[in-house]
Amino acid sequence: MTDSTIIKLTAAEIAARIASGELTAVEVAEAHLARIEAVDEKVHAFLHVDREGALAQARAVDEKRERGEELGPLAGVPLALKDIFTTRDMPTTVGSRMLEGWVPPYDATLVSKLRAADVVILGKTNMDEFAMGSSTENSAYGPTGNPWDLTRIPGGSGGGSSAALASYEAPLAIGTDTGGSIRQPAAVTGTVGVKPTYGAVSRFGMVAFSSSLDQGGPCARTVLDAALLHEVVAGHDPMDSTSIDAPVPPVVEAARNGSVQGMRVGVVKQFRGEGYQAGVVQRFDESVALLKELGAEIVELDCPSFDLALSAYYLIAPSECSSNLARFDGLRYGLRTGDDGTRSAEEVTSLTREAGFGDEVKRRIMLGTYALSSGYYDAYYGSAQKVRTLITRDFEKAFEQVDVIVSPTTPTTAFPIGERADDPMAMYLADLCTIPTNLAGNAAMSLPCGLAPEDGLPVGLQIIAPAMKDDRLYKVGAAVEAAFVARWGHPLLEEAPSL
Amino acid sequence: MTVTTDLVSYEDALATFEPVMGLEVHVELGTKTKMFCGCSTELGAEPNTQTCPVCLGMPGALPVVNATGVESAVRIGLALNCEIAEWCRFARKNYFYPDMPKNFQTSQYDEPIAFDGYLDVQLEDGEVFRVEIERAHMEEDTGKSTHVGGATGRIHGASHSLLDYNRAGIPLIEIVTKPIVGAGDRAPEVAKAYVAELRALIRALGVSEARMEMGQMRCDVNLSLRPIGTEKFGTRSETKNVNSLRSVERAVRYEVQRHAAVLVGGGTIVQETRHFHEEDGSTTSGRVKEEAEDYRYFPEPDLVPVAPSRAWVEEIRAGLPELPRVRRNRLREEWGVAALDMQAILNAGALDLIVATIDAGAPADQARKWWMGELSRHANESGTALDELAITPAQVARVAELVSSGDLNDKLARQVIEGVLGGEGDPDTVVEKRGLKVVSDEGALGAAVDEAIASNAAIADKIRGGKVAAAGALVGAVMKATRGQADAARVRELILEKLGVGEG
Repeated sequence: MTDSTIIKLTAAEIAARIASGELTAVEVAEAHLARIEAVDEKVHAFLHVDREGALAQARAVDEKRERGEELGPLAGVPLALKDIFTTRDMPTTVGSRMLEGWVPPYDATLVSKLRAADVVILGKTNMDEFAMGSSTENSAYGPTGNPWDLTRIPGGSGGGSSAALASYEAPLAIGTDTGGSIRQPAAVTGTVGVKPTYGAVSRFGMVAFSSSLDQGGPCARTVLDAALLHEVVAGHDPMDSTSIDAPVPPVVEAARNGSVQGMRVGVVKQFRGEGYQAGVVQRFDESVALLKELGAEIVELDCPSFDLALSAYYLIAPSECSSNLARFDGLRYGLRTGDDGTRSAEEVTSLTREAGFGDEVKRRIMLGTYALSSGYYDAYYGSAQKVRTLITRDFEKAFEQVDVIVSPTTPTTAFPIGERADDPMAMYLADLCTIPTNLAGNAAMSLPCGLAPEDGLPVGLQIIAPAMKDDRLYKVGAAVEAAFVARWGHPLLEEAPSL
Repeated sequence: MTVTTDLVSYEDALATFEPVMGLEVHVELGTKTKMFCGCSTELGAEPNTQTCPVCLGMPGALPVVNATGVESAVRIGLALNCEIAEWCRFARKNYFYPDMPKNFQTSQYDEPIAFDGYLDVQLEDGEVFRVEIERAHMEEDTGKSTHVGGATGRIHGASHSLLDYNRAGIPLIEIVTKPIVGAGDRAPEVAKAYVAELRALIRALGVSEARMEMGQMRCDVNLSLRPIGTEKFGTRSETKNVNSLRSVERAVRYEVQRHAAVLVGGGTIVQETRHFHEEDGSTTSGRVKEEAEDYRYFPEPDLVPVAPSRAWVEEIRAGLPELPRVRRNRLREEWGVAALDMQAILNAGALDLIVATIDAGAPADQARKWWMGELSRHANESGTALDELAITPAQVARVAELVSSGDLNDKLARQVIEGVLGGEGDPDTVVEKRGLKVVSDEGALGAAVDEAIASNAAIADKIRGGKVAAAGALVGAVMKATRGQADAARVRELILEKLGVGEG
């Protein structure tokens, strides 16, 4: 099998071929490493490629198979890891100068799970600094290009992970989603991304942006692949107090049995209107029509609190971030600037933070510090928490009437690099449809639903399920995916220009 | 800001003003592991060897609550007659300091685990004073900074600082009183008695050794004065880290006098933190708090709320040990000692040692006698606490047993104790090695008496002549001959018997 065939395989197909002996894990790893070598100069999905580590892991899988040991469902499948998870054998920069070259002394729980499942980690992917952004332009190491059009953003913060998938550098990736950082990149690159229920995937070793919102999750090119990865990385972790102590919902089974027959699907009226690109609305409406054709009942919903979600998010997330990022003081790890023996610790901390943090990170630290200040706490952080409660209630009420909710994942398709870089408010709007889910802690998926007619760029369909019902995302997602692929005659990504 | 060191006499201060106190006590819990990670809490390890990504605040690390820490907090809360929260959260207290790895302290803010309690403390004359408890909450300790190169050991003037994070994350309970009013001129004594009672309580609960000299229990003294007869509290000073019972008493006294001097002189008290100086019992200005420090508290999102079930709380309540004041009163009655003697035992820190000695088989009066006499003398001479002496209650009990059985007299027993303290082994080994045994062989003793009479004929004659008091000299001679290993009373009997003289 040629390299160009191998890299187009799904994760499920790769795993099956390795298990059957048709392919070795080393061949698969080498094909992907060669692809990275060939295209990543243009795409810049990776911040670090661990060639040796990946090949060693692949060899271990092949040896395991030769010894006749049973292989896990993703054994030997390559994966691109967002550079926000700690890895003992690779630097973890979180896209920041602050942690340039920092090799953590411990593996994140998610990384340990990937290793235990014999997944081959190719390297660490680019991201907006500390996961703050919707375009990956805030990375201290330069932007990532969208494989559909390299002059456009791949979404963010996890643009590196979604670009790696869309450019066939990896069949699987891991992202993290605080306000849409898995789903929005998936939408604008024509890939699949899932934000599991808050607490489904351990946050231990995932560098914190906003602790009550951050959630790691799977990224892939198909719904089934995402489910297979979901099952590997989810599960209770005693090292994370907020981790859910319950069995992982049957996501793989759901992905293998896609159906919306008899399901009630909600359409929220707040998820459309001003700021939504016409082609996005058009593809979304077609998706709703498709769901109806497939046997779903469509229910109109009113969730008034969703209009306040963006405002609440931009108080809660910066507040938590101002505290989470306080530890970066140049004393114990990472960057230290200006320590010439004459300056006080306070001065060195100040110089280090000035040099180590980018503008967006500084903006959010300042916003959050202000929002938590005494005298402002009730008006800002306190009010935002109340809105959060209202949003959770609106979702609860909605899920009394419907099984899942659908919406566009993002109001527009991928915008040009640089277009919104100086306009934070415009940038924040990219997460208009994804943020309510983070605030409520429930589960959501983005999957491709076509190309916008006006620009020929991918549009994402978001499916939202109640907390702990992640399997519904896969059941609905698999049905929609199958119907679209049948309609298009091929997966959407095949329409992307070759790099 | 001018620093005033002129003081008004304590009596004069109290003639005009009424002191209002607030005491904040931090107790390091004696859990095996830290509050939010599995690192050891053992004291004395090499710097930074008891650390991990969690207590070093590494990126990505997350806390997990130590269940024993929560249980200890509930025990303390119940023993302080507090309500126990049905649901409470940790909060982040945000401020920058190099010995705090995350640059926020995981603490509790407006949802303490225990609140609204009281502690009755007994003053030296037996009067009982009730101190109201505002709250007891859980938090983590910081690391330790050592400032090098300065004259004072404080950061000011230091060339650099060394950081040891072994202490970072050790569980702390902070116990805060409500304003203590009505103590009047006894305020210093009340403060000291409160801290002493709290320490005894913490120890009785088995949640900490609460050794103030080791920093396991640290006290901040807040004090203000108001003119007698007025309601409104004055501006307070916060004297930090007052770390012995005596210092607590002195700090209150000093601050009363200092505040009075300022107020009498027409000045105003500045709200500030102050440092206490052990050498002369004075305080000096630390940093001025022009406005309340903004810690930007918010609920800790990395931890789930703590929700102690009522059943669990009641289970803990039922398992609480006898509390110190109750126990003290019971023991005082059992032993039949006077209040003042009991106070002396407490002040010496001998109560638990005496009880343990009794538990090891010694009669109560013997146990009290050895700890409050010979052993207290040794402790005073060597400047150590009684419980730091190199002798165990069981060993003291054995000495007492050897005395009761007549194998040792008091003089020999003191030598045995000296041997044990000197590291020569347990009492039996010391007796063996030093050959310390009362000569009870009547034949040998008789021979020694005969010898003494023969070589002190003049004295013997005096005794025969009725000067019984002179027998002491002969007793001394016999004791000397037997190297002190005879029972002096029996020797005296034998001398008088042999000289044919009756007692008195």
